Amino acid sequence: MTALVRRVLAYAALTVMAALVLVPFAWMLSSSLKRDNEVFTVPIQWIPNELRWSNFVDIWERIPLLTYLGNSMFLSVTITVLQVLSGSFAAYGFSKVRFPGRDALFLAYIATIAVPWQAYMVPQYIMMQKADLTNTHLAIILLQAFGAFGVFLMRQYYMSIPDELCEAARIDGLSEYGIYRRIMLPLSKPALASLALLTFVNTWNDYMGPFIYLTDNDLWTVQLGLRSFIGQYDAEYAMMMTGATLSVLPILAVFLLGQRYFIQGIATSGLKG
Amino acid sequence: MAQVITRPAPAAPRARPRGRRAWRDILVGWSFILPNFAGFLLFTIIPMLTAFALAFLKWDSYSDPEWVGLDNFARMLGDENFHVALRNTLFYAAGHIPLTLAAALGLAIALNRKLRGVPFFRTAAFFPYITSLVAVAVVWNMLFNPTAGPINQVLEAIGVSQPPRWVASKDWAMPAVVITSVWRDMGYYMVLYLAGLQTIPKEYYEAARVDGANAWQRFWGITVPSLRPTTFFVAVMLTIQSFKVLDLIVVMTDGGPGRSTLVLAQLVYREGITEGRFGYSSAIALVLFLIVLTVTVVQFRINERRSAS
Repeated sequence: MTALVRRVLAYAALTVMAALVLVPFAWMLSSSLKRDNEVFTVPIQWIPNELRWSNFVDIWERIPLLTYLGNSMFLSVTITVLQVLSGSFAAYGFSKVRFPGRDALFLAYIATIAVPWQAYMVPQYIMMQKADLTNTHLAIILLQAFGAFGVFLMRQYYMSIPDELCEAARIDGLSEYGIYRRIMLPLSKPALASLALLTFVNTWNDYMGPFIYLTDNDLWTVQLGLRSFIGQYDAEYAMMMTGATLSVLPILAVFLLGQRYFIQGIATSGLKG
Repeated sequence: MAQVITRPAPAAPRARPRGRRAWRDILVGWSFILPNFAGFLLFTIIPMLTAFALAFLKWDSYSDPEWVGLDNFARMLGDENFHVALRNTLFYAAGHIPLTLAAALGLAIALNRKLRGVPFFRTAAFFPYITSLVAVAVVWNMLFNPTAGPINQVLEAIGVSQPPRWVASKDWAMPAVVITSVWRDMGYYMVLYLAGLQTIPKEYYEAARVDGANAWQRFWGITVPSLRPTTFFVAVMLTIQSFKVLDLIVVMTDGGPGRSTLVLAQLVYREGITEGRFGYSSAIALVLFLIVLTVTVVQFRINERRSAS
């Protein structure tokens, strides 16, 4: 009997907590289906009188959302692919090939994680300006695809794979590249998935990079497009929430598909990208 | 390597393959590292080192760089924007660090149980962290709407006659940003705390229960001390994150109203990229980095002393 009561209490507490955490999302979703003048009502109306699904149709005409989504997708996929490939490749060198200077070099990688990006964004900007790469997607790709984070996360995982496995493969005549491709890559699928998901989401959500570098409307990402929409039409509350909902949906999908890998990635590295 | 080279000639037959092997390892090792390292060197390490050098130069977009020693730092002392930004950053950190830590620990303890449905609740708590920042900022700005926003409606309903004007007021804009950032970040640190909680042996709690310790005593006597390494790590991460806060503020308040939410990283952005004062902005960036470094080192020291005692 007391066990049952305790259980009910536990669920009640958890539900209250989840409701508190999720209230902003509920507000977003509910407002996205309202008329502009229904968003701020006293008292709060959680379920709209009439569900205006048309908001989700109209927004595509109000702002070039398709272009924005396309740009976000292009940047996120390109950066993720480059980060996963170059990161896991380098991690193999740092964990399974012995050569002088290796560990000192890795220490340099680790040390840079402690330096906030904000401290060197200006020199990066000057470099890109001199190279005439501002206002291009290439600038964002170059700046974000070769981070230390991917190397760090993959190395953590490769260190847990026994060296004997590589040694055996070497004796069997596999080259180092063969070992990387045929043994390490298949074995490290969970870590690769973690890295890919974290990188994808970080790039998709990134605001400052595109904000600093991209001035042409054609190049904007969803985040920039949505922000500028809010700046221009600050009374179209419902439409803002429709845009916000659409910008979150892809992330929700990616997250629900691979949340196991997210959590593992964070728990093993304790860092974000 | 040195051994191989100094070895006399007769022993060469064995030495040569070893030398060749060593060279081969260097080449192979570097071939793995190079694709990432080239990009990393060019776009992270070089800008980082440049930032240090720039801090001692007078250089803006329309003049040539000139060595000025510590002038940029002297200028900071008299720059009111810098004082305001420093104060705001400290205020943000003082709110964000303890509140996020407490919320994350609370969530982790509540969700560290074997009940059906707990994975759903964990997902819910984590989701704000990966929601895009612009969506977070626009939704919370509306929640904080001073006249008809849900937050003030709730406050009025429970008897607060004149609720704060939040992002529209100089005094309450920063607390609004802090609340938003705590909501956004707590799920991330909850994951770290959950990992920490799972390492505490169940026997500790059983033994304490046998000894008659209540839940409160078990929390302070077992949970808190056992989580010390996690708490330390979380505190360091939160400190770094707090002092470099930028994007949330740019999107949510853009430093306003007035400059009531202007923070250091934003000043670096404004001076360096908007105004083109490369030298001065890099000096501010260096100060920002030194603050983060100092706080982190102090935290390490405290942690060492506690672990030793």
